[in-house]
Amino acid sequence: MTVTEDPRGAASTARQVRAGERSAVSVVDEALAAMSSGDREVHAFVTVTAERARAAAEAVDRTVAEGGDPGPLAGVPVALKDNLCTRGLPTSCGSRILSGWLPPYDATVVERLRGAGAVVVGKTNMDEFAMGSSTETSSFGVTRNPHDPERVPGGSSGGSAAAVAAGFVPLALGSDTGGSIRQPAAFCGVVGVKPTYGLVSRYGLVAFASSLDQIGPFAATVGDAALLLEVIAGHDPADSTSFGAPAPELGGVLGEGVAGLRVGYCTELVEGSAPDVVARVRGAADELAAAGAAVSEVSIPELRYGLSAYYLIAPAEASSNLARYDGVRYGLRVDAADVASMNTATRTAGFGPEVKRRIMLGTYALSAGYYDAYYGQAQRVRTLVIEAFARAYGKVDVLLGATAPTTAFRIGEKIDDPMAMYMSDVCTIPSNLAGHPAISVPFGSGDDGLPVGVQVLAPALGEAVMFRVAAALESRAPGAGAAR
Amino acid sequence: MSLGRADVAHVARLARLALTEEELDLFTGQLATVLDHAADVAALDLSSVAPTAHPLPIRNVLRADEPRPGVDRDEVLAVAPDVEDGRFRVPRIVGEAP
Repeated sequence: MTVTEDPRGAASTARQVRAGERSAVSVVDEALAAMSSGDREVHAFVTVTAERARAAAEAVDRTVAEGGDPGPLAGVPVALKDNLCTRGLPTSCGSRILSGWLPPYDATVVERLRGAGAVVVGKTNMDEFAMGSSTETSSFGVTRNPHDPERVPGGSSGGSAAAVAAGFVPLALGSDTGGSIRQPAAFCGVVGVKPTYGLVSRYGLVAFASSLDQIGPFAATVGDAALLLEVIAGHDPADSTSFGAPAPELGGVLGEGVAGLRVGYCTELVEGSAPDVVARVRGAADELAAAGAAVSEVSIPELRYGLSAYYLIAPAEASSNLARYDGVRYGLRVDAADVASMNTATRTAGFGPEVKRRIMLGTYALSAGYYDAYYGQAQRVRTLVIEAFARAYGKVDVLLGATAPTTAFRIGEKIDDPMAMYMSDVCTIPSNLAGHPAISVPFGSGDDGLPVGVQVLAPALGEAVMFRVAAALESRAPGAGAAR
Repeated sequence: MSLGRADVAHVARLARLALTEEELDLFTGQLATVLDHAADVAALDLSSVAPTAHPLPIRNVLRADEPRPGVDRDEVLAVAPDVEDGRFRVPRIVGEAP
């Protein structure tokens, strides 16, 4: 099987830079130029780090000139979601409460990128504290979908998805708590990966819901996403939820094809979707069957409870995690006569409505008298989901479903109806509840001409088989003709 | 188990958020809708199912107690809202409203 490689993608760029055929400075300058002309409309970035990026690119070029190897991402421009801490660079999580905050340390993934020769060119827009599915709750304003400026890019990592889709950067990082990488990837027509919980260090990721959060890659191709995941994965003593296991080898498996693999077309991850999305997932299943996979229909009824459980668990954890924004040590402070009034004045002025909604929802779900009925019950549903997945994975190697139930919706369409917004995460949430990996691969478009993403789900640490299936889908996607 | 205005006012106070009357109305309606959706979960008989707090069996992690440099204190204090003599400064604590 031929693996799709984008000549302007990360793998080709790094190869050229390492071979001295192209300078990292010229690569980075090209990205910065594309951003400065194109991002006025898209608004993917909230901070552009032109000077730092040029200096980093020069260092990469020096290493090459001296006969050294800058690493597997040599000279590759990368965008970072603005909830990843970058030392001395604003990291605001799309929130007024962290406006202008300069972290005193780098996230582990940022250090890994630098160690691999990648060049950070900016920080991307996001829903406030990653709470949202459209990037509309950001205090910086909306990001526009590069495929249609009237549409949302999805969220919460909408800026990172849009930055890759617009061709500003070949790679970006996001975070995925309930679908915040995969859903925007689907809406923007790029590849988005939520790795197994524990595979990528979260040290320096601003916490939203700690039992669900995971950092992962965006890329234009499956191969580039695999390359980026290999760089950021692996044990980190600074994150106590990080696995001791070494990072998975992914590059070698992409071309292995899917012959003999068992693929489950998952009813519950398709049934509520729009007809054009359903048709694409069907088409993806047919292509995998044509490529030699054994495709069967699998029903996991427990997944239907995932959304409700998630919107109790994630807000509960968020209400605890966001208690730290109290105006004492960092971020915004609104002065008042005493500490309690200062805390309240600061939080009231600093958080937007969606964050307040989730904090209150979580506080309620954890409060005396309701804990068992809501939070406790949601935790038991989580067990049901995990056990149901385990039974399904006794019969199939991967599951196939939609990433999002629709293509990208219009800006403003759902912002006043939180429940409608939450529904756009219905297909992505189960993997977060279980801690499993999942990937969204572009697979044709809907009736409106907008991209559709197909989701491949795998059991914990099943990245290799998941990427094999994703690469096969990419090579057989509508319009991918040349690679077939 | 329907959520009312008084419940939202109570949790807002617990979460140290001040709401206007209009916000109280808006949030009460929106949170009630989300909780109504969660009624399917609340109604399940799961008494025989163990709760999951964490997706994977991760145990407490210990390391050797060896001193090593932490984040730079001056850098931390430089981004604090108010500092005094190398410490965070806050408004008065004693005598605050209950």
